[in-house]
Parts: sequence; structure tokens; C-alpha cells
Amino acid sequence: MTAAHPLLEADRVLVDYPVKGWRRPPFRALKGISLTVGAGETVGLVGESGSGKTTLGRAILGLAPVTGGEIRFEGRTISGLGKRERRALSKDIQVVFQDPYTSLNPAMSVGDILTEPLLVDGISRAEAERRVRSLLDEVHLPADAARRLPREFSGGQRQRVAIARALSRDPRLIVCDEPVSALDLSTQSRVLDLLIEIQELTGVAYLFVTHDLSVVRHISHRVAVMYRGEIVEEGDAATVTSEPAHPYTRRLLLAAPVPDPARQAGRRAERHRFLAAQAAPDH
Amino acid sequence: MSLFLLRRLGAGLVLVFVIATATFFLTSVTGSDPARRIAGTQASAAQVIAKRHELGLDRPVLTRYTDWLSHAVRGDLGTSWFSNQPVTGLVGQALPVSLSLVLAATVLTAAVSIVLGVVAAVRGGWVDHVLQSISIVAFAVPNFLVGMVLALLLAVELGLFPAVGYVPLAGDPAGWLASITLPSIALAVGAIATVASQTRGSMIDVLRQDYVRTLRSRGLPVRSVLLKHALRNAAPTSLTVLSLQFIALIGGAVVIEKVFGLTGIGARATSAASQGDVPLVLGIVVVTVVLVVVVNLLVDVVLGWLNPKVRIA
Amino acid sequence: MSQPIDIDIDVAGGPARPPLPGAPRPGVLRRLLRKPAAAVSLAFVAVVAVAGALAPQLTANSPTASEIANALAPMGGNHPLGTDGVGRDVLAQLLYGSRTSLTGALIVVAVSLLIGLPAGVLAGYHRGWFDGLANWLGSLVMALPAIIVLLVVLAQWGRSTALAMTVFGFLIAPGVFRLVRSSVIAVREELYVDAARVSGLGDARIMRRHILPVVVAPTVIQASQLLGIAIVIQAGLEFLGLGSANQASWGGMLSNAFQNVYFAPRLLLWPALAIVLTVTAFCLIGNALRDALGAADAGRRARRRTDAAAGPVVTAAHDAAAQDPPADALLAVQDLHAAYPRPDGTESVVVQGVSLTVRRGEILGLVGESGSGKSQTAFSVLGLLPPQARTSATRLLFDGQDLRGLSPAAMNKLRGRRIGYIPQEPMSNLDPSFRIGAQLTEPMRHHLGLSRAQARTEALRLLERVGIADPARVFASYPHQVSGGMAQRVLIAGAVSCDPDLLIADEPTTALDVTVQAEVLDLLRELQAERRMGVILVTHDFGVVADLCDTVAVMQSGRIVETAPATELFAAPRHPYTRMLLDATLEDSTPRSARAVATPAAPSRSVLDLGGDR
Repeated sequence: MTAAHPLLEADRVLVDYPVKGWRRPPFRALKGISLTVGAGETVGLVGESGSGKTTLGRAILGLAPVTGGEIRFEGRTISGLGKRERRALSKDIQVVFQDPYTSLNPAMSVGDILTEPLLVDGISRAEAERRVRSLLDEVHLPADAARRLPREFSGGQRQRVAIARALSRDPRLIVCDEPVSALDLSTQSRVLDLLIEIQELTGVAYLFVTHDLSVVRHISHRVAVMYRGEIVEEGDAATVTSEPAHPYTRRLLLAAPVPDPARQAGRRAERHRFLAAQAAPDH
Repeated sequence: MSLFLLRRLGAGLVLVFVIATATFFLTSVTGSDPARRIAGTQASAAQVIAKRHELGLDRPVLTRYTDWLSHAVRGDLGTSWFSNQPVTGLVGQALPVSLSLVLAATVLTAAVSIVLGVVAAVRGGWVDHVLQSISIVAFAVPNFLVGMVLALLLAVELGLFPAVGYVPLAGDPAGWLASITLPSIALAVGAIATVASQTRGSMIDVLRQDYVRTLRSRGLPVRSVLLKHALRNAAPTSLTVLSLQFIALIGGAVVIEKVFGLTGIGARATSAASQGDVPLVLGIVVVTVVLVVVVNLLVDVVLGWLNPKVRIA
Repeated sequence: MSQPIDIDIDVAGGPARPPLPGAPRPGVLRRLLRKPAAAVSLAFVAVVAVAGALAPQLTANSPTASEIANALAPMGGNHPLGTDGVGRDVLAQLLYGSRTSLTGALIVVAVSLLIGLPAGVLAGYHRGWFDGLANWLGSLVMALPAIIVLLVVLAQWGRSTALAMTVFGFLIAPGVFRLVRSSVIAVREELYVDAARVSGLGDARIMRRHILPVVVAPTVIQASQLLGIAIVIQAGLEFLGLGSANQASWGGMLSNAFQNVYFAPRLLLWPALAIVLTVTAFCLIGNALRDALGAADAGRRARRRTDAAAGPVVTAAHDAAAQDPPADALLAVQDLHAAYPRPDGTESVVVQGVSLTVRRGEILGLVGESGSGKSQTAFSVLGLLPPQARTSATRLLFDGQDLRGLSPAAMNKLRGRRIGYIPQEPMSNLDPSFRIGAQLTEPMRHHLGLSRAQARTEALRLLERVGIADPARVFASYPHQVSGGMAQRVLIAGAVSCDPDLLIADEPTTALDVTVQAEVLDLLRELQAERRMGVILVTHDFGVVADLCDTVAVMQSGRIVETAPATELFAAPRHPYTRMLLDATLEDSTPRSARAVATPAAPSRSVLDLGGDR
């Protein structure tokens, strides 16, 4: 068993992107990130744009170059794998992207999209059809969805298709890159509940990347807060999202408006006090 | 900006060098024996050898190349094998004719294309349909055919313009204009079709942009939104296409010059090529490519001015 | 390259065939034939091809045999179309010439595709050094005027149309290369390609399933245009006398006709018609292909706009007893409708029967999910819907002035001056080609008649007011030089620059980070208070509503389902839809971390099972 190793382990990961221009130093998107995700666990990764949260997800998926440190899956180093080994890993690590409009090929039927990952194993048509039916059922889409094109579905339904695609080979870990931030409010919570339901059923782990503290609080067991390529705070989701220790997390929390005029007025005042205290010379 | 231009200038020089070198070896190493061709089929072997020595063709090709190159960088492109005149002079005489033609056609293309493209993009509807149909026809009719028809109708039948010949600009500006009017119109027709439809396309794209709506929300006059803001943003694409069309116009001029009996670069190139006058052919290729590089540099300057992202790196 | 080659073996009766979007499937051909222009063009090209192929059967005359004695013979008799200046049969030349032209055109397309297509795919997909080299070579070749190169080549190797067309294929290959490369790069960036990669698909499979299908459509369209260009260039060479000797050609016919243009201008007619019609046919086929293949593309572009409500416009029962707007109403809208025509003649209604009022100094939140019509309502008031939109209202009063049927010029006097607008996306709403200062001063100079210097002073003051630390630097900057949050402040400064009475803000903070959003909300609140503006705030975020709004109108499917003071709406939502939306907010949900970690349903496999690749 894998008790000795967490499911996923990022160990002082560095990611550099080359900067256009002659002899410019590369841009360091991740400055030594360490993070673990256990089996069946959801770890939320919160941050604003440019914090590097998406880059970490892409590095785990092998879509961003890891310049330093290591990423290990069940104890085995997976950063810097060759193409063939990386492909073998696709069975265990999957992804759901943010934009349900561009993450599905508009010219392929939902059935074809869902069979795509199965092609790698080479399975029979009957088996593929059976699998597609059960996947659609798992994400609560009608069976006839397989014959239709992505554009015939709403954003939330498309995201269900993307989730089904991620599930098709029974992965151990799904990197969810802002999977609900392009969705409407009412759809958002339903998709989140679907993800939770699937996790409880299959024991899959999520690395859940988002900018939204309330989303992360709803779905995560643990939370890591990222700021400018570093993790500034990490811990139990309830604690981090309600009594943050780091000033940045605090600023993030106080900036999120509450859907209640009176409480929001209070939070706004608290935020102003906090910012004033931060700006004070003795701080 | 200046660094950017310096880089482009360097790239242009490399381009001229590479093409000149490639052309030199292509024309020197392959093909039939030029000495035999020039001396004539009746010539004896000794005469051919003498001719070969006279032309310097008995020297190793690399020596000939470095020799040619060292003269070329000083502006001496060698001597024509047939007329025994310096290539630089021959090209120099022909250049004003072709330049007048090509530049007039370029100006015409730019002016007409902008108007047609903008009107088609903004008006839409039947105006757009008519313009698109015209541009298909303009694309399909070879420019020399347009030239022949123009010459027949406006020059021969109506006598409005001279049908053949070139009048230098310096002596008689009106005559000059009359002599290049029909050729440059004939030359420009195809280019107009291409550039106008490109301008139409990029204008339509720009008009769909969010900032156009925001500019309109500020209550700015339609004229300013269209001609100041939208056109400025659509211009780079059109200009890039225009610079490619400029190269096509240089090629097209070769044929048009024949129709209108103009002794420009094209006429020189045609006869030099059919005679196998290697130094002249080489000289023409070099001058043409230099011309293209200069125009591309100018386009880069304008593009830099139009697009702040290029200018401010 | 050393990466393993992914050999694609379709398992016997394997999963459904990968569809080829945009590839010329039978459906595309059928769609093509349904267009009259394309059908006629295809038929014409077919006729030309058959005429060329069957030339010996169609005429007994040789295209090259000249009877000097019978030069310039008129039409009729043994020579149905007469003879040319050296006594060659015109009809025979025309027929055999079509053979020459089409063969030459096919050579050009074949050569340019053979080079441009693989090079473009490779350069676009793998980038790196090959991309750089191929691009450089391409720009090198593109800097050469084709005819001059052809002159040089033909002078070296002798007159040959086939050789000339092969070389021309090389010269035009960079065009194909660039097109293919750019479409490959565009697809490569798509998330679905990333998803395929994460799914474990190899390069070859990704190429076949996702990349090549997208390349096919533009390449086919370009090929049909290249066929036309090739015919024109070939005719030009032949006209110069550089075509193959002893081979009939349309360009050669034109050359002969040109020499005899004063004696027999009719000789121009046949080759000219042949060239122009054939090239036009290829051009029309290309255009029709673009339309037929573009359908999928259009669908792709349209996907962002979801139709709110289907069905025909219901002419709302005009409420005779419609209550008059309150006396202090700044904006009074009643029974507003907006609809877009669909291609099939019906209409897609996006706003149906919206009524709302905004008082001076009041902030009205217009809340709804995507497609609810909230932005369309805002743009209707601004008069900024696309031209094809149809709008109507029984009342549209701004400060007592009827906006319905106002001339564009009169509307322009209100927009920017008395009604300000703040857009959603900061970066895409600033003109990238002009400095921020110029964009701020232009409306002030236009509306308020300020001088350049006055407008500059005012703009700097505004920039400072919206919280920009270094107004002079931002004033002199281009939009791409400032951050998104800064750009949004600039847009807010622009919206309030002429001191409007009404501000329409369309999701003004949606594109911003949450910390920046909080600052921008503070700014909006302050500006609104100090200028006593009426505000319509379009948003989907109840947190933003709670922060800023006095009154809330909830929209669903183009209708307002509930309007109430903000405190009331949050405390006691009346409409079920409002209740559903408020319940969906996650703010007060129980943190998940309280629950136990789920136990894996299946036992984990050992690490060694993972790859199976050694």
C-alpha cells in the first residue's frame, strides 16, 4: 500500500517561463512550492491572478516546465518524465479546466469526447458505448447526450461532460482548474455538489484551484493560499477561510463581499480598519 | 524603436546577401556554357576559350564570387556580357521607369483600397456585395489583359493617353503622369482587389471590438470612431498585405511594361534572361531585392508608429 | 526527433470514427452544390477539364500547325473560331490550352501543399528551431517577386511551363506554410488539446483528431485560390514568351492576339474569356467553400451568446393604467423589448417587457444569470445594441427627455456627456493604439469644449481622483502598459469625466481580482455619493449588490421577476427564483473540512503497476 507516501507530493517546485527579449531573466512563476494531497482528499489552492495557482496545476499535469524541485505521485517522481511515461500516467491524473467552452472540441460529439481517453487502452466499440453510458449517468446527463455536440449544452452541462471525461479511466487525482468560475451561481453549487458526490463514491482526490474563498471552503478539506508564486498559508479549510493567520489571506477574505447588506457593511468597515492598520508605520 | 529598426535593417541586409549569393551560384554553376552561347554556334573552340577568358569564366567560381561581391558592395554590379555596358548604369536607366510605375500603382492601391474597404465594412448590404463581386473579377482578370483593354479603349480609340512609351518626370511632369496612368491602373487592379478585401475584413473585426462600443458610449462623433480609432487599428493588417502586394507589383510590372512598351527593369530582365546575360540578371535581382528591403523597412517604421506594442518593447 | 511514434491502430470495430470538423465531408459538397454560384463554377471547371482531356476528340485541327497563308482567317468553315496571326486554329489552341493551364495550376497547388502543409504543421505544433528556420526561409522567398525568379530560372534551364509552375509552387509555398502554421498554433493553444494530452493521447493521435481537421478547411479554401493565381501567373509567363515552345496555351494566344490587336482584336476574346471565367470559377468555389466550411466556425463564435428566451415577440398588453414614473425619476423605462432576427425569419427575444426607474442618487442593481438579458437592457438604454437588434418600449424617459426615436446625433450628445458607461473587461475596452491620456481627453474636448491643456489638467485630476498614484505616467501610457485594475480605474475616470447624471456599469468588477474589486467598489461608492449620480449596476454577484445597491431588480429570461429595496430583498426574497439564487450562494455553507476524508472505494494499486512501460 501507499501509506508511506502521500498520493501527490510537490517538493520545492520551481517553474520558470522564458521572457521574450534578449538576455532577459526568465519569469519565476513558482518559487519553491511544497504541497501534499492525500488519497480521497480535496486540497484547495486559492490565489489571485498571477499567484501561480494555475501554473502549479499545469506543472502536475506535465503541461508546465518544472525547472527545479520534484513532483511525486505515490512516491514516484513524475516531474520531467518522458512523453511515453507521462502518457502512462494519464490513467491516474486527470484534469477539469475552467472554460467549458474551449476545453471540449466543438466539432466532436460528446460520445467521441468521452471515448477519447479510452482510445489509449484500445477497447471495443461495445465496451466504449457501455462506458460512455455509465459516465453520463455518473454526472447526471441523459444517455442521448453522447450523440450531441458540445454547443448544444449549457455551460454547466458542458462542465459535467468535462468531469465525465476526467473520470473515464478511474483516475486517482483530478486537477480542477477553476472548474466553476465560468458558471452561473445556481449551476456552480450543483457542479460542486456533483464533484463531492463523485469523490465520496470513488475516492478520487482533487487539487482544486480557485480564486474564490467561498467555493474552496465548500469543497476542500485543506486549503493552501498562494501569493506571487509562494504558499503563504496552509491548513484546515474551516480555519483558513474563517480565521486566516496570514495578512494576505485576511485581506482576501475581507475583500470578498457577503450577500447581505448589513453584514457586508460590517465586513467593509473591518476591511478598512485592517488596511489602515496594515498601512500604519508601526506595522 | 531604433533598436527594433536596426535589427530589421540587419535582417534586410542578410536577406539581400543570401539571395544575391544564391542567385550568383544558381546562374554560375548550372545551365549551358555562356561563352559558347555568346560566341555563337559558328565559333571555333579557340574562340570560345578566348571568350571564356574574356568574361573571366575560366577562373574558379569562388574567386569569381568574391570578386563580384567585393565590387557589388561598392555599387559596381559588373558589365553586361552583351552590351558591354556597366550593369549599374543599365539598371539605373531602367529603374525610374519601373519605380514610377510601381510606386504610382502602390499609391493608387492604398488610396482606393482604404476607401473601398472602409465603405464595404461600414455600409454592408448591397454596397458590400457589389464591392465583393468587383473584387472577384479584379482578381480574375490578369493585369496585362486589363492593360491591353485600357490601351485599346482609352489610348487607341479615344486618344486620351499615350498607348506606349515613357516620359521622364524631370522634363515634363504632365507627360510623365499621362504616360504612367494607364500602366499603373492596369497594374493596381489586382492589388486593389486583395488589399481592399483585407481592409474590409480587418475593419469588420475592429468594429466588433469592445473598445469601439466604449468609444461610442462616450458620445464621440461617428467620424472619429470610424476614421480615427477603427481605421488606425485596422491599418496594420492592411499595410502588411500592401507590402506583400508591393512585391507582387514589381513582378507584375514586368508584364505590364511589355504591354505599354516601357523599357523598365522588367523589359531589361526579360531580354537579359532570354539572352543569358548573367551579370545583368544578377544585377536586376539584387536591385529588386534591395528595393523590397527598403520598402519593408519603411513599412516597419509605419507599423511601429501605428502599433505602440511594437514601438515600446 | 527521438520521441516514440504513436502508431494509430483502430481497434477492430473500435470506437466511433473521429469526426473531421471542417473537412470536406459529403455534407459540405452537398451544401456547396446548393449554392448556385458554386454549382455553376464547379460545372464550368468540369467542362474546362473535359475539354482539355478530350481535345483531340473535339477538334481535328492541330493547335500548333500554322498555315501562314490562312492567317487571321475569320470564324467558320474548317476553323470554327478562325485562325490566329500565324494561321493556327483558335479553337484547337483554346482546347489544348485548357490542358496546359489546368495541369500547370495543379502542379502549383501540389508543390505548394507538399511543402507548405507538412512544414506548417511541424512548425506550428513543435515550434522551436524548425519554426524559426522555416519562418526565416519563408520570409526570404516571399521577398522575391515571382516573375523575376521565374525569368532567372527559365533563362538557366530553358523554357518549360511545367518547370516554371513547379518553381512557382515553391515560391508560393510560404503562403500555405503561414496559413497552416497559424491555424495549428491557434488550435494548439486550445484547452481541448491540453485535455487530450492529459488524457494520454500521443502526438500522432492529437494531430489526427484535433489539429489536422482544423487545418483542412483553410487549406482547401486557399488551394482553390492558388489554382486561380497559378493560371494568371502562367498566362503572364506565356505572354512574355517564356512558356514551353510548341505547346498551345491561353497566355500564348493572348501574346499572339496582342501582336495583332489592331487587325483582329477579336483574338483577345477567347483566351481572355477562358482565363477570366476559369479563375472566377475557382475564386467563387473558394468563397462558397469558406461559407460552407465556416458554418461550424460561426457556431463556435456564437456559442458565447446564449439565447435568453425563445419564441416570438409577445406584444405586451399595453397597460393603460401604467403608473407614471415618480417625479424625481432620472430614468424611467417601461415595457422595454429587445430582439434579434434569426436566419430563419423568427426572432430571438432577449428583453421582454422590462420596466424600471432610477432616481437621482439611487443605485439600482440589475441582477441575473448569464443570458437573463441584464446587459442587453443596459445597452438598450444606452442605444448601443448592434444595428440588427430591434427594440421597443412604451416609455424611455431620461430626465424627462424621450429617448425613443432620438436621432443618432442627439443620442451622441447624451452619451458620454449625461449618461456614462463602465464596461466589464478593462483591457479590451481601451483602444490599444492610443495613449490613455488621448482617450480621456477626447470626449471632454468634444462635449465640454475644453482646450487641449484644460482637458489634460482635468484628465490628470480625474486619474488622481480614481486612485492612480502616478497620473502623469498613466496619462502618457498605452493601455498595454498598465494593469487590469488600473485600466478599470481609467475607464471609470472616462465614464465620469463629463460629470454624467446617470452611470451604467456593466459588471464593472467581474474581470478583476477580489482585492482589486473591493477597491473599485469603494471608488464607485465614493464617486456616486459625491456626484449624486443615478447608477444602474449590472451584475451577477449578490455580494456586489449587497455592497453597493439601494434597490435590486432580479432578471430571469429577459424579464424582471422581482424589484425591491436591497435590505428587503436579502431579508425576505419574494420570488422563488430570487430565493433559489440566494440559496445558491456558498457564503454560508458548512466548511467541508468538518467532514471525514472519503475512503477510497477501490484499493490502491502498487506503485509498480503505474507505468507498465518498462
